[in-house]
Amino acid sequence: MNAPTRLPEQAADPLVIGGRAYRSRLLIGTGKYRDFDETRRAVEASGAEIVTVAIRRTNIGQNANEPSLLDALPPSKFTILPNTAGCYSAEDAVRTLRLARELLDGHDLVKLEVLGDPDTLYPNVIETLKAAQTLVRDGFKVMVYTSDDPIVAKQLEDIGCVAVMPLASLIGSGMGILNPWNLQLIIANAKVPVVVDAGVGTASDAAVAMELGCDAVLMNTAVAKAQNPVLMAQAMRKAVEAGREAFLAGRMPKKLYSASPSSPAAGLISPKAA
Amino acid sequence: MIQLSVNGKVQSVEPGADVARLLQVLDLSGKRVAVERNGEIVPRSLYIGTRLAEGDALEIVVAVGGG
Repeated sequence: MNAPTRLPEQAADPLVIGGRAYRSRLLIGTGKYRDFDETRRAVEASGAEIVTVAIRRTNIGQNANEPSLLDALPPSKFTILPNTAGCYSAEDAVRTLRLARELLDGHDLVKLEVLGDPDTLYPNVIETLKAAQTLVRDGFKVMVYTSDDPIVAKQLEDIGCVAVMPLASLIGSGMGILNPWNLQLIIANAKVPVVVDAGVGTASDAAVAMELGCDAVLMNTAVAKAQNPVLMAQAMRKAVEAGREAFLAGRMPKKLYSASPSSPAAGLISPKAA
Repeated sequence: MIQLSVNGKVQSVEPGADVARLLQVLDLSGKRVAVERNGEIVPRSLYIGTRLAEGDALEIVVAVGGG
């Protein structure tokens, strides 16, 4: 089989976040895998360069030789994006990310999420706005998880967040993109990258997000809880690439009431009577 | 011995112990962790010399899988 040809349009289409360029437009979460080996294989199959991690208390008294996540995914090879999952107040989120910055030797690109309640994990946008203000003032580059409210997304951008990350549907739900219209409003108004974060269930969801014009997609459960996470990671890589290319190519207009043959109407061996 | 709270649990160390000594006691020396003492980050460069006091509350965190 011939190697796929790279078209000139594809040559330089980097995702730029916080002043750094990335080739991959797929960001992967590292939760819910069977073990670190599966995590690493899935991340590699996804082609992701940015991977999210959570910050948690270390288990005091555990086996000191227990492997650590950052051995499987070394910060020298990946951009580690610490999150504030599980935080329900601006104060907790800020505190968590200050610890993360220390943990990662001053690394300042972070994922802010402040949740509203444990049943829906829906973002508390009021606390999110407060935390974003503090973090930006404190020198963090903030990628921020938010609702698909275009006004809130704009406010987060105005505060100085380096990417806004609206949900497609609830975290871990796999329900796909529930409100493409709101996402399009956010994309149309944003001057920073828009990353769909949460709700993607399968490859077509990721492709649709990219076709809408999102700059990237962040997912975890869709890969980790697939029957075969490594294969799904590869499918997601292709879906994000295909969706991006379709977006750049510009789709044909939809024609609701008239078909249009792709083959010539003239020269048929048995011409139809007009 | 003095009593500390480490990740919400009671921990004893000898008087005069610093953060570096606490990490040694907990078998965490040389591990990639971050430490907060009474709500303030303790930079790695200050583990040696940051003396612990009775009742100090410490948080010691690591990176784990998450989305």
